[in-house]
Amino acid sequence: MFSNILIWFVVIPLLMLAGLGLCRDVKQVRAVAVAGSTALIARSVKLLVDYLAIRAAGDTAPMLFQGSWTWFAPLNINLAVGVDGISVAMILLSSIILFTGSFASWQVPQPKAFFLWLILLSTGVFGFFISIDLFTMFMFYEVALIPMYLLIGVWGTGRKEYSAMKLTLMLMGGSAFLMLGLIGIYYHSAPAGQPLTWNILEIVNNTIDPAWQRFLFPMTFVGFGVLGAMFPFHTWSPDGHACAPTAVSMLHAGVLMKLGGYGCFRVAIYLMPQAANELAWIFLILTGISVVYGAFSACVQTDLKYINAYSSVSHCGLVLFAILMLNTTAMTGAIMQMLSHGLMTALFFALIGMIYGRTHTRDITKMGGLMRIMPYLCVCYVIAGMASLGLPGLSGFVAEMTIFVGSFQHADMFHRVFTIVACCSIVITAVYILRVVGKLLFGPVYDKHHLELTDATWWERFSTACLIVSVAAIGCFPNFFSNLIKFTFSPEIFKVLGM
Amino acid sequence: MDATLPILILAIPLGMFLVLGLAGYKMSHKMAGVLGCLGMGTTLVLAYTTAFTYFFSGSPEFVSAAGERLQAVIFNHTWLAFTDKLVIRLGFLLDPISAMMLVVITTISFMVHLYSMGYMRDHHGVFERGFQRFYAFLSLFSFSMLGLVVATNIFQMYIFWELVGASSYLLIGFYYVKPSAVSASKKAFIVTRFADLGFLIGILILSYYTGTFNFTELTSAPVEGLADVFSVSETTAQSVRSIFESSATPVFLGGSVLTWALVLIFMGGMGKSAMLPLHIWLPDAMEGPTPVSALIHAATMVVAGVYLVARLFPLYLMEVSALEFVTWVGALTALYAAIVACTQIDIKRVLAFSTISQIAFMMVSLGVARPEFHHGLGYMASMFHLFTHAMFKALLFLGAGALIHAIGSNDYTAMHGLRKYMPVTHWTFLIGCLAIAGIIPFSGFFSKDEILSSCLGNSTFIYIWMSLVAGLTAFYMFRLYYLIFWWKEHKIPEGHHAPHDQPWTMSLPLVILAAISLVAGFIPFGKFVTWNGHPYDFMAHFDWSVAAVSLCVAIVAIVLATAMYRKENDLPAKFRAALPRLWTWAHHRFYWDELYLFITHKIIFDRICRPIAWFDRHIIDGTMDAFATITHAASRAIRPLQSGQVQLYVWWYLLGALALGGITMLCLL
Repeated sequence: MFSNILIWFVVIPLLMLAGLGLCRDVKQVRAVAVAGSTALIARSVKLLVDYLAIRAAGDTAPMLFQGSWTWFAPLNINLAVGVDGISVAMILLSSIILFTGSFASWQVPQPKAFFLWLILLSTGVFGFFISIDLFTMFMFYEVALIPMYLLIGVWGTGRKEYSAMKLTLMLMGGSAFLMLGLIGIYYHSAPAGQPLTWNILEIVNNTIDPAWQRFLFPMTFVGFGVLGAMFPFHTWSPDGHACAPTAVSMLHAGVLMKLGGYGCFRVAIYLMPQAANELAWIFLILTGISVVYGAFSACVQTDLKYINAYSSVSHCGLVLFAILMLNTTAMTGAIMQMLSHGLMTALFFALIGMIYGRTHTRDITKMGGLMRIMPYLCVCYVIAGMASLGLPGLSGFVAEMTIFVGSFQHADMFHRVFTIVACCSIVITAVYILRVVGKLLFGPVYDKHHLELTDATWWERFSTACLIVSVAAIGCFPNFFSNLIKFTFSPEIFKVLGM
Repeated sequence: MDATLPILILAIPLGMFLVLGLAGYKMSHKMAGVLGCLGMGTTLVLAYTTAFTYFFSGSPEFVSAAGERLQAVIFNHTWLAFTDKLVIRLGFLLDPISAMMLVVITTISFMVHLYSMGYMRDHHGVFERGFQRFYAFLSLFSFSMLGLVVATNIFQMYIFWELVGASSYLLIGFYYVKPSAVSASKKAFIVTRFADLGFLIGILILSYYTGTFNFTELTSAPVEGLADVFSVSETTAQSVRSIFESSATPVFLGGSVLTWALVLIFMGGMGKSAMLPLHIWLPDAMEGPTPVSALIHAATMVVAGVYLVARLFPLYLMEVSALEFVTWVGALTALYAAIVACTQIDIKRVLAFSTISQIAFMMVSLGVARPEFHHGLGYMASMFHLFTHAMFKALLFLGAGALIHAIGSNDYTAMHGLRKYMPVTHWTFLIGCLAIAGIIPFSGFFSKDEILSSCLGNSTFIYIWMSLVAGLTAFYMFRLYYLIFWWKEHKIPEGHHAPHDQPWTMSLPLVILAAISLVAGFIPFGKFVTWNGHPYDFMAHFDWSVAAVSLCVAIVAIVLATAMYRKENDLPAKFRAALPRLWTWAHHRFYWDELYLFITHKIIFDRICRPIAWFDRHIIDGTMDAFATITHAASRAIRPLQSGQVQLYVWWYLLGALALGGITMLCLL
């Protein structure tokens, strides 16, 4: 079992949990967190290299490194694992963010308990990305969601109980739909008379009855869409982010929201392409609204975290929007947008946490001229902003352009018109990003007390530098990531649609 | 051609940006400046070598046997493949206009690098704070601008288009403590971003129908009926044109798809080149340091729009209505900016409006260019004017910088009568003024004359219109010149030393640029740059009547300016009193800024953003909260049922049993 590289992505976090249980002081906690997340990064890089080597050798199987271990035979539940280019990219993203998040929470209160919950959350995240069995996938999904309640409720700021409750309830509401959808899929997973299965690769060979698809597709899409901050189910996001501690915001916006997009693709679209094609227009309208609506809302917020939460609504809306275009280029763009958004939002939330830790306010009307005071953090903030508004050379540009070009290649006029609507977000994004940069970083110093503040510490520098390098890497060498992802869109699902 | 040189041309400024950006804060100021100048100097030499090789080597790669200049793709590296056909490549395209732009950009950029060594210090010679950052951004800009002009495909151009926008943003906001600089940089970025949205949509439409981003493929289709005139082989007359002629492409609001695509792409150009109504960012951009204004907002970045239209010119020729749109936008902008320039009191703003007006000249020239007339004279004239304008406008800006540096104010009411104190600045500035006014033999005369000739070839109305603007140009430039250097004597306040000329690092660029402005007109431009690569000798077709008219107009305007502004008198005040309405409107730039403020603040912020944010908090989120509240209320309502009182439970039990029994009875009956 342990010869399979994928299992290690669940085993390492579990070992970390055990290690944290034995820790006696903060130094040991840090050591475990750093060692564990470094091991995860090393594993994911190895996974990437191995994956590319196998693909280069000509293996065209949809999923590599497959393994399956029976868990509950009567219902045919297995711990089935396997990855394609998308999962590899997502695993890499998660480990980078966990790694930098550990550094960003260097001085968190009650570190032991905090890291316990954080690592439990990441166990769920990694488990979700490696699973190809719908049941275990769902289980890991829930494992990733629940710790959020405690992390926000205990370590948060502001109206933390309210926000934690709201976030959990809304996501659980989504899960309820999702569970119905998944059980529905299970009962239509095989032709009559054959054993039912949860395994995605087996279900995809059996076309689900289109009538059922029309019922199950919205269930699963909305279920995952709630976590992907789809309008009108996005309101947990601003409150949740605003109250969450730094590392949780990073992990949540950076990775957890990606579970939504990934699930939408892997389950809703991959298994039910016909319904996706038929019903795409409804969700295109909703996600198109998300994109523009989130950006407009972000323009008038004054709390830094609210601005970025609404910005995430806009950017994640673009992910779902592109997935629904059902063509290779747009979908590649969607996955690249997930990577890009994950990294740059993590960077944003890390920086906001660091600024908040110094000024004790996130209200942009109560700060100003920070560039003179903490140049390192502010330069990083400008870079993050530039990535977010799509400056070439950073990740946002390549992801958005892949989405726009891909979506605009759609043969249907409706889709092209909506692409133009989504394109408008690039202007609005520039407005809210530059508004914050201008108010917060530039201009005269607003509060004289801020003059005594210090610039970033070494762990803060390290954490942000890692994220900036990753953002620039995607932005400068997009073809590497694009090819990694693109190959994975197996022609089968497009064949079904006659595209 | 070997790819080493072209790669280095792009790599050196980029490397300099990274070095100065990452390690600059550890260097001394001087070191950073010298490094920046050395880097740019090397790039200059390499770019000159490349351009020289292109124009004079006569290699079959660059010139066909018939003497036609060809487009040569030196290298083309795949950067991001969307589909098999739609691929973004980063490459290096060498053709007449890109070679010319290489020369223009590196020349001006090097002059500005050198000049800033003197300019970016205070009067005691201490370098300004953030000096290294300044040089890093200058290098970033030079890299982006060079990448833009050598783009092999429209998406590469878009990439560098965004990058020049960002470096312009960073440089306008260089003095980031000044709120006016911050808001100017923000305005510049957002206005051009809005224009870029049009550019992007244009690219999307174009690529959807043609399936390519490559300039070579997009522009290879020749114009109908000209194939024989220009001996373009018929075989290349395929793809693009046939795509748009097939009936498959829809018509939208009376325009064909191609018209819409071209107009939208031109919108990007309108933003960068500050055409009406997207011009409002450029005057504010003068908040940046003056060398930046000279480099970015006068000579190079703002002509990117002209360059874009020139680059896609064969495509524009297929759709004459798009070219007419270009002409009219240009003509209106030229007149508007010239009128406004007559009333401004900030020296840099006068120059900014002058830049807008001159770029509009180039646009008009492209818009009226037709292959039938003098082999597309307008195209060549536009590029020629771009070249000469870059030189004399950079000269004027750098001269203005020297004045501002000496006086410490942008307002020319603080200047007056400076000719005795700053002779070098005075003479070079005068040369710049004569060049822009179009006096023979200064360079502006030749390029402007070609533009007017091509206007006349297209329509007499446009010709008269543009001649009038040319007269206004001469007038406002000499108004500025007299108000700075003459008007009344300069009185030095007690305890101040007299303003004086600048150190050599600042004077040298002025002298060099003045020399170029003096002689550039004699370059036989038609031998190098024409729309289809065939050399064309303009001087052989020189139209003396047009030249005489434009010269007369300029001289009359200068005489008028001399009468009004050479010595202190009340003519200007009378003039102003005679046209109070026009003067007020022009002085307030026809209230465009107020209009934009109204639209952005009152409409977009207050009528769209705020309601959406309110809607989100109160309606959407309110609904979610309502679910929670209703659930809560419902559970409160049924809570008394679980009171713990056994008597109550018994009652409920009996009631339930009776009800069930009743229902059973009913069913049985």
